[in-house]
Amino acid sequence: MASSGPGKPGSAGGANPALYGGMPEAPRPGGMAPHLLDFADELRSEGMAVGTSELLDAFAALEAVAWTDRESFREALSATLAKSQEDRRLLGLVFDRFFFRAVEREAVERGIREGGRGEGDDAPIDLDALRERIRDALRAPRGSDGDLRDLARLAISAFGRQGEGSGVIGVDVQRIRRTLGLKGELAGAELPEGGRDPESVPRDRLHEFEDHVRRELERALIERTGSLPPARPLRDFDRALPTGAAQDLAAVHRVVAQLRRRLATRGRETRGRSRSPAVDVRRTMRLSLQTGGVPLELRYRPRRPRRPELYVLCDVSTSVTSASVFFLSVLHALHDSFRKLRSFVFVERISEVTDVFERERSFEAVSRAIAGDAGVADVSGYTDYGRVWLEFLEQVTDDLDPRSSVIVLGDARTNGREPHAEVFARVAERAGRTFWMNPEPRLYWNYGDSVMAAYERHCDGVFECWTTKQLEGFVNAIADLGPVRTPGSSV
Amino acid sequence: MPAEFQSIEETRAGLDGAGYLADDSIALVSFLAQRLGKPVLVEGPAGVGKTELAKALSRATGRDLVRLQCYEGLDEAKALYEWNYKKQLLRIQVEASDAGWREVRDDIFGEEFLLPRPLLSAISSEQPVVLLIDEIDKTDQEFEAMLLEVLSDFQVSIPELGVVEAKTHPLVLLTSNNSRELTEALKRRCLYLWLDYPGPERELEIVRLHTPELSEHMARKLVEVVQMVRNLDLKKPPSIAESIDWARALVLLGAEDIDAETLRSTMSIIIKHRTDLDLVTDRVGVKLTDGLIGSRQAG
Repeated sequence: MASSGPGKPGSAGGANPALYGGMPEAPRPGGMAPHLLDFADELRSEGMAVGTSELLDAFAALEAVAWTDRESFREALSATLAKSQEDRRLLGLVFDRFFFRAVEREAVERGIREGGRGEGDDAPIDLDALRERIRDALRAPRGSDGDLRDLARLAISAFGRQGEGSGVIGVDVQRIRRTLGLKGELAGAELPEGGRDPESVPRDRLHEFEDHVRRELERALIERTGSLPPARPLRDFDRALPTGAAQDLAAVHRVVAQLRRRLATRGRETRGRSRSPAVDVRRTMRLSLQTGGVPLELRYRPRRPRRPELYVLCDVSTSVTSASVFFLSVLHALHDSFRKLRSFVFVERISEVTDVFERERSFEAVSRAIAGDAGVADVSGYTDYGRVWLEFLEQVTDDLDPRSSVIVLGDARTNGREPHAEVFARVAERAGRTFWMNPEPRLYWNYGDSVMAAYERHCDGVFECWTTKQLEGFVNAIADLGPVRTPGSSV
Repeated sequence: MPAEFQSIEETRAGLDGAGYLADDSIALVSFLAQRLGKPVLVEGPAGVGKTELAKALSRATGRDLVRLQCYEGLDEAKALYEWNYKKQLLRIQVEASDAGWREVRDDIFGEEFLLPRPLLSAISSEQPVVLLIDEIDKTDQEFEAMLLEVLSDFQVSIPELGVVEAKTHPLVLLTSNNSRELTEALKRRCLYLWLDYPGPERELEIVRLHTPELSEHMARKLVEVVQMVRNLDLKKPPSIAESIDWARALVLLGAEDIDAETLRSTMSIIIKHRTDLDLVTDRVGVKLTDGLIGSRQAG
């Protein structure tokens, strides 16, 4: 069966139909170029920025690389078109989909069918033997792609004889996996007592096998119907890079470290040629000794940035549950970077948690302590922003000055209570800068009980923020907002 | 003996010879970089061998390595060129008596008074070099913008002198730890290479290459532990450099086997955070005691 099978799916098959089904190579205008342009279009439709210069690079690269090898071909494209780890992953997914479809389209257009599809019909397939073979293949070190695909085809035909498929490819794949009794190994940490399950196979290899089965099923479907189904856009789930909680926390810490620098320089560019205006006479004279007493180079006194004072208010009510882990990790990171920081959590009332962060280093301990503290702030479970501003102003009224920045993390949903925007305005006026980070998409602001607009007027900047990337956007935006307002002036 | 790689295999063999085990994408991108004359942007977690790749390339091609370590506040004067004020002053003093100002002025802004910094010296070198711009993400965006001229046209404009064009084409590597998103303009001019933690087999080869004294059995077990540790959700997973350090430490200590005790006493080599230490002791240490690791070792 393997001999009559198609060439590697996608391995330049789009350009060279001779590899597929033994057809003579037909001259096509432009050869590879139109396919590559289509591919770039598809990447753009998935949200990757592919410019003309990158495409030219890709062409140049393909001239230098033997693109009959699938891996080199793909690597050459990744190296020139993809510009980040996310891009690389996206490109891999689109690559598989695109070239699989390109080959199938070619086959449909030319009316090529796989010959001898039913050739093995006389010999019944022994399911147990097949199961053993697949299991061995999955456990052995990675072999050729073709072997695994042949096994996938065998599995499909064995399964097909047991009864008709459901017609839904995703369901069929899982049925085939269960029929074969294939189980993924548990990951290292959750290994049960007594070592590995002898039945199980490495998880990534199993996924690989499932992909093969899926692709073969799709191929068979295309051949039966003689047409290509429309391409499905990638799901977010597939796109996202795998991460862990601790690494997310580390990412937040990195971004907040940038935030500290931005706030410290307060939007003023002090690097490069724009130095501090005060000449350091002692050091200049000392240096001038080298040049015979002529002060050729001036030394300046370094400009010491004033330490920013930060007040952070974090909503921990149930309406922001999904974002609160993120918010707490932002708070945790802020405490790592800033000395002069006071943090508050609030639901119906406000509660200062600065000392909790100063006492505890580990994020888990802090979260636990805050959960306990939030109980103090939480009376009815409904946020009362108006009351929060009143209490906040009362607690910090003497300390708030133009040097301080106030950051609010919350969704501005008042549950129908008085928002007291005028009190918030007083807070914003006394503080140097006020920012608001809202964990809801901008679209939902001011709908229902959200009173974002009432507060937005008094802030120096409001941002959607529930991912690290958006936090980074916030940090960059702060730098663009320019120097701190002079006290007294209002926005 | 500046050598040119003719194929991907040759590139890989060359890097191998320089003590760097390249996988497919590393070999391919290094080859393309040389063939297309484009800079390479290397990204990846800390300690996966980004800087080492540049060193290996310089050894493999027989080119000199010019290194520019980036940091916050790095400016043109430290990266490109600077005028040598003192020498200029001396010149003026010597000539002042018998030469007109015009002559002196033409004189003192010549190449003789230019202090080349890494970028300029890489470009003006007679022999082709490997230029490593390390941790580009630590600089400001302004500096990136300044790099664009160097990286795309391989030239430097000096107002007083004109344009200095490259005599030879340097092989440029930029590394980034991804602590900041680089600008699109810079990325567009580069080939992109993502280096990740290696798989067990490749890491085993790397460890064996760097510490041949460590027994096969020990190396295998060490790699297995390191890979398992990386799978835990840690703040800072151990890098290749750290597993090599660990291997060396084990050789120095003359350890016979990696058991829970050895792990506990030497763990600080691969784990650098207190919370991570606790997690690893909990999860991995227990398994070492039970003999779950190393039971699968290949014969």
